[in-house]
Amino acid sequence: MARKAVITGIGVVAPGGPDRESFWDLLVAGRTATRGITLFDPAGHRSRIAAEVDFDPLAAGLTTRQVRRMDRAAQFAVVSTREAVADSGLELSTLDPSRIAVSVGSAIGCTSGLEEEFEVLSDDGRQWLLDHTYGVPHLYGYMVPSTLAVEVARDVAAEGPVVLVSTGCTSGLDAIGHAARLIEEGTADVAVTGATDAPVSPIALACFDAIKATSPNNDDPGHASRPFDARRDGFVLGEGSAVLVLEEAGAARRRGARIYAEVGGFAGRSNAFHMTGLRPDGREMAEAIDAALAMARRDGTGIDYINAHGSGTKQNDRHETAAFKRSLGAHAYRVPVSSIKSMIGHSLGAIGSIEVAACALALQRQVVPPTANLAEPDPECDLDYVPVTARVHRMSGVLCVGSGFGGFQSAMVLTRV
Amino acid sequence: MSAVHAAPRAVVAGVGVVAPTGVTADEHWQAVLAGKSGIDRISRFDPSGYPVRLAGEVSGYPIEERVPARLIAQTDRYTQLGLAAAADALADAGVDPARVPEYRMAVVTASSSGGCEFGQREMQSLHAKDPSWVGVYQSIAWFYAATTGQVSIRHGMRGPSGVLCAEQAGGLDALGQARRLIRDGLGLVVTGGTDASLSPYGFVAQLATGRLSTVEDPRRAYLPFDEQASGHLPGEGGAILVLRPEQDCPDHLGVVLGYAAGFDPPPGSDRPPAVRRTIELALRDAGVTPAEVDVVFADAAGIPAEDLAEARAIGEVFGPGAVPVTAPKTLTGRLYGGAAPLDVVTALLALREGTIPHTVGPTRLAHGCDIDLVLGQPRHRPMDTALVLARGYGGFTAALVVGRGTRGA
Amino acid sequence: MTTKEFTLDELAEILRTGSGADDSAPLDVSTAHTEFTELGYDSLALLDLTSHVQRRYGVVIPDDAVEDMPTPAVAVRYINDRLAAARGTDVRAH
Repeated sequence: MARKAVITGIGVVAPGGPDRESFWDLLVAGRTATRGITLFDPAGHRSRIAAEVDFDPLAAGLTTRQVRRMDRAAQFAVVSTREAVADSGLELSTLDPSRIAVSVGSAIGCTSGLEEEFEVLSDDGRQWLLDHTYGVPHLYGYMVPSTLAVEVARDVAAEGPVVLVSTGCTSGLDAIGHAARLIEEGTADVAVTGATDAPVSPIALACFDAIKATSPNNDDPGHASRPFDARRDGFVLGEGSAVLVLEEAGAARRRGARIYAEVGGFAGRSNAFHMTGLRPDGREMAEAIDAALAMARRDGTGIDYINAHGSGTKQNDRHETAAFKRSLGAHAYRVPVSSIKSMIGHSLGAIGSIEVAACALALQRQVVPPTANLAEPDPECDLDYVPVTARVHRMSGVLCVGSGFGGFQSAMVLTRV
Repeated sequence: MSAVHAAPRAVVAGVGVVAPTGVTADEHWQAVLAGKSGIDRISRFDPSGYPVRLAGEVSGYPIEERVPARLIAQTDRYTQLGLAAAADALADAGVDPARVPEYRMAVVTASSSGGCEFGQREMQSLHAKDPSWVGVYQSIAWFYAATTGQVSIRHGMRGPSGVLCAEQAGGLDALGQARRLIRDGLGLVVTGGTDASLSPYGFVAQLATGRLSTVEDPRRAYLPFDEQASGHLPGEGGAILVLRPEQDCPDHLGVVLGYAAGFDPPPGSDRPPAVRRTIELALRDAGVTPAEVDVVFADAAGIPAEDLAEARAIGEVFGPGAVPVTAPKTLTGRLYGGAAPLDVVTALLALREGTIPHTVGPTRLAHGCDIDLVLGQPRHRPMDTALVLARGYGGFTAALVVGRGTRGA
Repeated sequence: MTTKEFTLDELAEILRTGSGADDSAPLDVSTAHTEFTELGYDSLALLDLTSHVQRRYGVVIPDDAVEDMPTPAVAVRYINDRLAAARGTDVRAH
């Protein structure tokens, strides 16, 4: 019997609710957490809206030293790690630490910490030769994104393989896929895995401004993230983290763990086409979906819900709609498809992990989260995108997909056990 | 793991080197044998105001002759070095990617710090001027996935690509993942890594660790395992390798026999560091006994406590002084994501030539570092198997076992 | 606000410095009617072009303008139209 990984713990720090249950409440209510940016003054930016996390790291349990040392992305990751571990009911200290793996995804690492320190070191951009005497001791920890995995690993005292996966906006899905692989191949018995990003910072906002990828709908931020809607005009930046506890299925059953879902299959493909562009036929994403389905030993009809990438760019929405049809055929028209980015924005690498968390919760609770703000569907997007209202729905298999800069296309199948 | 016995072995079909010691594998090897250092005063920016002024730069290498102008405009130096090395590795492998099925090829690279120089320039435009000065290529040049993405596009590789970050250990994790993909049935994986952290921001961040050596004499600054060890120096560059299944590539440079990764216990723990266990797991994965290992390429941090931990682990696994150990990275500085892939290339060349390159710099081993560090001159002996170690900032530990290739044997 | 015409040379210079140039596909009169995609310039390169023009001339170019400029010649004409329109606005505003 092949080893499989199951999800036994979930922790979420997301816009609109800084823990798992408030996140789920927001999803089923179809509430949007997108708003005018408050984390810094966004004047001068084209897009001045984001889905921000109302987050107090001290209240969330971090010490003052941890708050000083960790940038916002690391704080998110550690807080969601603790929620996930507590949720799993696993006593990590009773396990062999060398059998615990950590795989954390992040698209842009500790950019928020890097940028804040840059302002000081460069005297607000006046010096190219930065003044090293203003360097904080943990500056290098911001330079290397692997710090995010270090913080999680130290928090759970893991001594197995630890890695930071950084494949742009598929980082979260890819990190969880990597963790599942470590369990399947027998390298680890438990994996603490997920992703984190905190991109609501001037440089991240500006780089998406420059390529007109983000929504300029500054006057109506609550309705700015409109995946699959004819009036969409780009994605809305988000932030946050989700962390899962994965365990080898047999061991999880033996200890009587509550199992949300099994990681049935995972696959990634590259489009080898363009760093930001997508081919309209959705071929590589369909390839990834097919491979993930094959691993899960299911065909397309075994999928009862698709959590779409649904970023709210015209290019993406049409690309993945084509991919779903390519992989699932006529069944694509019968499967509910939704994008939770309509509510919590697009948190780059973190979003994949948050979406997997949403899929696991959806499977456990048999409720499909909706696509908020979908009033006037794009005629070229003709699937059932679950507009506005959550839906009670029988599900045994769900599909979660992601697309990222660099051409990455990833797909994960979760199954009910 | 039921299919393990049927899984193909991953062999190294070709390599591309861009390092301070040379921009071809042969140039690098000759420099290493001659003990010729690539460490010099930093030229990419004016280092005179900093307490460290030395680094290993890839110099005398006009990148515009190696990478199309269109790609140079949209990439950071770390990706440019990666693109050049990837093209060289494919050429060395003698394989035309257009003739391999597109979904059976993938790219897996390590990056430690992404597009440092590009990112710093754009942040400067933003904070000195306004957001409209941030260029369109920032979103694809700065992030850690830039090299994998660009290489996959340039060579039409549509399989399961990836990017792994574990500071200096990441390069071995990339190779370990590439080997997994070959065992899964892929036909070709471009892997390894390059880093280029020698912009003022990348450099100042490294200064903040206190781990860089402030010794001004380039011959005495980076002395791993030495009683005068005082830290290390940074460098840029790395190596890209092409892995293929053995049956498709009988004429190869070496075999990836085993891999393992681990992580140090949290600070303050009384548990031992991960390095010994990681070596043992990699050897077990390779099906190799300690006595069968002919040479160890050490991580060699140049930080006394870390040198001691690494030396002890080597001693515990192999016996005191029982295996030759070397660290040619004193000639390049630490290359972060690029370091271990370059060490793997050096190890494969060492196996092929039957020559262990010496470690230039150290003269008197520190108390407790009871290893047979190859000093003074290269050591000649027939060899089959090498172990490469890499340890990344924060506790990352990885080990890779490689076997001698068939090419040039 | 300048009254100078935006020229093909200027367009070529902006693209060359911002997005790089390939010797095999020169950007000059001979290729003014060749599609940008054939010349190796994608939508990012055109966004870089329009952002330079906006900063240099202080004109606003809409987000989807790049879809309306398939070739260098059309782009030059489009940009000149925007400059002329901006000048008209200026006249009315004063």
